[in-house]
Amino acid sequence: MASTTVYPASEPERWTYLNRVRTRPGPLTKPDFSGEGIAAAMESMRILVIGAGGLGCEILKNLALSGFKDIHVIDMDTIDISNLNRQFLFRQEDVGKSKAEVAARFVEKRVKGVKITPHNNRIQDFDEDFYMQFQLVVCGLDSIEARRWINAMLVNMVDAEAEDSFKPLIDGGTEGFKGQARVILPTMTSCIECQLNMHAPRAAVPLCTLASIPRQPEHCIEWAHVIAWDEAKPFPQLDKDDPEHVGWLYQKALTRAQEFGIPGVTYALTQGVIKNIIPAIASTNSVIAAACCNEAVKMASDSAPFLGQGLDNYMMYTGDDAIYTYTFSAERKPDCPVCGQTARALPADPAWTLRELLDSLAALPEAQLRRPSVRAAGKTLYMQSPPSLEEQTRPNLDKTLAELGLDHGQEVGVTDPAFATVLFTFKLEFPKDKRQ
Amino acid sequence: MTEIIMSQTPPILHGPSEKERKYDRQLRLWAANGQAALESANILLLNSGPGAVGAETLKNLVLPGIGRFAIYDEAHVGEADLGVNFFLDDSCLGKSRSQSLTELIVELNPDVQGTWYPNEDVKTVEPLLSGSQVFTAIIYTHPIRPDQLELLEAYGREHKTPLVAIHSAGFYSYFQINLPGTFPVVDTHPDATATTDLRLLNPWPELAAFAEDMTKDIDALDNYEHGHLPYVTILLHYLKEWKVEHGKYPASYKEKAAFRELVKSKARPSDPEGVHENFLEGADAVMQTVVPLSLPSGLKEVFEYQHTDPVEQKSGFWIIADAVKKFYEEHQCLPLRGNLPDMKAQSKVYIQLQGIYKTKARKDAAEILQIVQATPGGEHVDPVEVDLFCKNAAFVKLINATGGWGSEITRADRLKSAAAAMCDEPDELDPQIPFAPSLLPIYLALQASTTTTPSTTPPSADPPAALTADDLLLSIAERVPGADAKARVEEAAGEVARAEGAELHNVAALTGGMVAQELIKIVTKQYIPIDNTCVYDGIHSRCQVLRL
Repeated sequence: MASTTVYPASEPERWTYLNRVRTRPGPLTKPDFSGEGIAAAMESMRILVIGAGGLGCEILKNLALSGFKDIHVIDMDTIDISNLNRQFLFRQEDVGKSKAEVAARFVEKRVKGVKITPHNNRIQDFDEDFYMQFQLVVCGLDSIEARRWINAMLVNMVDAEAEDSFKPLIDGGTEGFKGQARVILPTMTSCIECQLNMHAPRAAVPLCTLASIPRQPEHCIEWAHVIAWDEAKPFPQLDKDDPEHVGWLYQKALTRAQEFGIPGVTYALTQGVIKNIIPAIASTNSVIAAACCNEAVKMASDSAPFLGQGLDNYMMYTGDDAIYTYTFSAERKPDCPVCGQTARALPADPAWTLRELLDSLAALPEAQLRRPSVRAAGKTLYMQSPPSLEEQTRPNLDKTLAELGLDHGQEVGVTDPAFATVLFTFKLEFPKDKRQ
Repeated sequence: MTEIIMSQTPPILHGPSEKERKYDRQLRLWAANGQAALESANILLLNSGPGAVGAETLKNLVLPGIGRFAIYDEAHVGEADLGVNFFLDDSCLGKSRSQSLTELIVELNPDVQGTWYPNEDVKTVEPLLSGSQVFTAIIYTHPIRPDQLELLEAYGREHKTPLVAIHSAGFYSYFQINLPGTFPVVDTHPDATATTDLRLLNPWPELAAFAEDMTKDIDALDNYEHGHLPYVTILLHYLKEWKVEHGKYPASYKEKAAFRELVKSKARPSDPEGVHENFLEGADAVMQTVVPLSLPSGLKEVFEYQHTDPVEQKSGFWIIADAVKKFYEEHQCLPLRGNLPDMKAQSKVYIQLQGIYKTKARKDAAEILQIVQATPGGEHVDPVEVDLFCKNAAFVKLINATGGWGSEITRADRLKSAAAAMCDEPDELDPQIPFAPSLLPIYLALQASTTTTPSTTPPSADPPAALTADDLLLSIAERVPGADAKARVEEAAGEVARAEGAELHNVAALTGGMVAQELIKIVTKQYIPIDNTCVYDGIHSRCQVLRL
């Protein structure tokens, strides 16, 4: 079985190992598998990598050593000293430079023959035409919002008539010793929006706790950040990376903590709370990025089944208590606002004001819309922008849903500037005893 | 008030140092003591085969700042290395692979020192191991020469050094950790949600008195006070009432559910300011916090473990463990951890309650320290270690409790039982029933590929013939009779034969990430390492830990 032909790539000796696996049939390859054109096909594939941070550096290295030669990378960040413990394409002297550019140059220099095109941009700077040029997108992001944006873009791009419009998305994410790798085949498998409730936002501390009854060091820090800073305005604009600004918040939080007898306010904690810092280490990034790129190789070469193709499409990884992976099938949701067909139920109460309804959209794990504009029954109820429209619709915020004539079962359309292309459709669901 | 304090305390900025900034994201996981342990470690990699997985492992140790590493690798860089190993480039062709790897890996972190072998002075493994360097852990990659493996194992036995074997080929890999003896972990970093221990069914006098005082006129409290009672006092109050009425505390799920409803019903819905959330918090906490005292399985294993080894006898861990056992036998409970989760309450009241828990924890720890210091050898035990043990008593874990060097018989037994479990699995899986089959076939096939010689051509042939799936199956059947008939074993053998010893970079990177992570846990003695073999299946995208 293993003695079948190994088909060469353009540098046959260099890719000896890779070719043994990707160009020969294995026990699980499809019966019609042929390795003949695989190396060339992978070399000509254009792949987009989103993010050149902890996962992105690994992904670029992995793809370059997997026989892909035409890679683009988008990242608008610059290199910070706290990146150096894991973002291994960067050195001390690179601090302040563009991540995408430094990463691209490093990998190009190390792996002969690979072309990496950096884009020092936000993903939102590009339109459909730009994303259409790629055959595959691999994401190494730390923001849920960016993931949702690219997911919506790729799902919307699918045109049943044009095979080229279909772009698989492979997404990785890490937090400390934990992470996940998942494959999304837009409109075929569950998408990132379908799985949104798996990434529930952390519950916010009530303002009254911050203002009058703090109990934890975090409460004191949030108070300094949200309340004290606004009152004192010690600097024109808060720069969370400026040690002087963080130091000011730290001092304020510390003083408040001392007043209330609360222990535990430190500089590191202050920084962690205000920047919402998530611990990140080289080893987890290595595991998750490699899991993503392994799926990319299987998908591009057909040398083995990949996630999304069979039953499973999601691998969860936990490394703090021994090693545990859970590989499963995340289900498609028929009421997914991005890839589904039906409106999603939105729990509400006729006595709620419109403002309360909007707040619930931010807190709801499966919605997480922070700047929603709302329309219902052909009427605009609230618009975030332009300012003139915002002013005109603002009075509605204090009206109750009943006053606005909204009833159980009413469909409402929600848009959010973070996901400009998506219309989220919800169906109001009132408690049983409050329906008309 | 604020102004006065500000002017009295000069605004010293306790900003982080350059090093703290660089390592900030990992210090949040293993703190300064973990970092110090890493920085004093010295790791040896004996690299062979394509050698990518070894390099990837080291990368993930050098970035977080391991102290030193050494690479022993007899290969010279060839064209094929450049397609799989990121720490080699065209300029390395023909040079010593260990030298080239060392140079490109050490460049990742100026805090780390790296050396390479063989060199002019040290030409083989033997003098390297008998030299002045002492290694904290040794990693080797398959296929390794039997004579070199023997030397490493002898070194491990003599110096009590953990050995990690790695094998990566095609879409598969495994790594196996050989610890020199029982490995206790105290600083296991349990999930914050698991650490809540409120002793609601066994309140000590100070806690009971505090709750009693706060709730004696609970129905007469004004709305503000009622809505700010910390839920600990609410639960203690209604538990007492429940016990009077029912003669015992709620124990079964049904009783606890009824108790939960009772608490919820007391939330004073009449308050125009809104429902009293503290009661809802309390109701939510019933299932998890209204629990009798118990001895967690990890600690039970520690208590029952016969530590007769003279080195173990004298270790701080076992002296403290014995003291905690005495404490447990006397009080029928563990030392209190002493943390109080956040709950709605007035600041002053919460801080008071927090103090009651902390004071009790300190008292328990002091009692245990006393027992420790009365034990022969206990006078040298660091009180900080005692404190940490008391905090984590419920989560202490023993790794490799029955293994260690010289236990080949039990190792063979473990393989046998893992193989028996695998052989009992059905060949066809029902897609409706979630079932993750054993990954033992992958381990067996990879191992067979290092111990088998091809049947088709004489061993002297050049280039040597590739192993076929049948060769591998034959070898597997010798080790585990009957295993070759299993479909998944056949599949694994076919896959290993296809790879023909080739590493894929992604599989190397993934495996190297896991091995580095495990070494960090072992070196820092934080978090829980695997016990003892992790197998990766890159086709089905999952891992399994087996005790082999």
